[in-house]
Amino acid sequence: MRFSGLKILTEGLTGNKGWGPHWRSPEPKPNYDIVLIGGGGHGLATAHYLASVHGITNVAVLERGYLGGGNVGRNTTIVRANYMLPGNSEFYSHSLKLWEGLEEDLNFNVMHSQRGIINLVHSDGQRDAFVRRGNTMRAQGDDAEMLTPGDLRKLLPMIDFDQTRVPIFGGLYHRRGGTARHDAVAWGFARSASNRGVDLIQQCEVTGIDVENGVVRGVQTTRGPIRAKKIGMVAAGRSSQVAAMAGLRLPIESHVLQAFVTEGLKPCLDHVVTYGMGHFYISQSDKGGLVFGGDLDMYASYASRGNLPLVEHVSEAAMTLMPVLGKARMLRSWGGVMDMSPDGSFIIDKTDIEGLFVNCGWCYGGFKATPASGHTFAHLLATGQPHETTVRHRLDRFRTGRGIMDEEATGSQHNLH
Amino acid sequence: MRIPCPICGARDRREFYYQGAAVALARPAPDAGEAAWDDYLHLRENSAGDLDELWSHDAGCGAWLRVTRNVSSHEVKAAVLARDAS
Repeated sequence: MRFSGLKILTEGLTGNKGWGPHWRSPEPKPNYDIVLIGGGGHGLATAHYLASVHGITNVAVLERGYLGGGNVGRNTTIVRANYMLPGNSEFYSHSLKLWEGLEEDLNFNVMHSQRGIINLVHSDGQRDAFVRRGNTMRAQGDDAEMLTPGDLRKLLPMIDFDQTRVPIFGGLYHRRGGTARHDAVAWGFARSASNRGVDLIQQCEVTGIDVENGVVRGVQTTRGPIRAKKIGMVAAGRSSQVAAMAGLRLPIESHVLQAFVTEGLKPCLDHVVTYGMGHFYISQSDKGGLVFGGDLDMYASYASRGNLPLVEHVSEAAMTLMPVLGKARMLRSWGGVMDMSPDGSFIIDKTDIEGLFVNCGWCYGGFKATPASGHTFAHLLATGQPHETTVRHRLDRFRTGRGIMDEEATGSQHNLH
Repeated sequence: MRIPCPICGARDRREFYYQGAAVALARPAPDAGEAAWDDYLHLRENSAGDLDELWSHDAGCGAWLRVTRNVSSHEVKAAVLARDAS
């Protein structure tokens, strides 16, 4: 079934009786060319690109829970390409271009909204840093412009510009940045992969990875053994536990990042706004809820919920930047499990075990990477060679010290990225 | 989350700075080689159960503690002075 204006019109006139499930729910087969462990955004995107770009469809995605039930369903939906370091800059640029064609590619409305991202400037030093970042973004071929306080007052009337503590001197504006509907991204990739013949197997937990003489042979699951020529581990916050089944230790610590949403309000914030002085960022969802968040809770956690000190910190930042937020009621808060790497950059690489590949270390920025993560991981799985935008994202860069992309220049501290 | 500092008693998490898994107590020798240093600096067990961690009581006595905490429930099970932990 393809979505089209005509289809929606016809269904609307005939009682919407022609819609069916968007993907199959097959029984696992005993053998696959490629098994992906993890049915989140990145795993489903990998399956889509394996099928659509490389024509490899004898693929299974194994998901312990339900599709898109992890971080792709629990993030703050921001899509951007404002990275600066070589390696990350070209990767996220590649990802944003994939986003821009994603709805056509998937025939699915992921509600990608290029509403623009504004990083507020509060000091001369920060302005210099953002001018430099903007220049790097433009040199990469993406867009960036500096805004004056006058420009900002027109764009962001709800912000308190007269605050004395951290005055606002301007902003870095990334027009092609924005948001997307997070669940729809998972569903769109799932639907496309399934339609092309990939088996999406839910409620199927991998309990072991079979390795013989340094070569991967398959997996043990709660629904029986499955053999595979190649296996891709795409388990985000749970990556360490998956890799441990193959006897590997990863350079990953899992941390909790909280996010918050208010009740639905009338449109009052047109852009994504980041407030670096308070470790705070905010946007308004299409349903009207103000979606915002701050920093990590700063300790290892698998709890999927955070603690109150961070709630207080984020609320303080919110009230400083947008005092009007004090009138809104907070509906929900939640925490995601973040696979934090020592340099703040991700890993897409083969492992020392032949046929076993790893995709992890997304820190708190995996959502915007979803299409390119899938695209480049599929490239690696299909060809055995890294995609040109992920040649630097090697697993061994920490051991050798070669090509580390230290996003926050903090050295090997997992929790400081 | 409250952490029972052996010197100050149970205090709010906000008084403490988090360093990470307590691997830092087992610093390899300078000439231990690439693999040992990779293990120490980067690689982590990262299991979802009880974890030994290093916390510094920054806003209190300033002592480094080895705290045993369940990272799935956030339950703090024990805290000893790092200098006494082996």
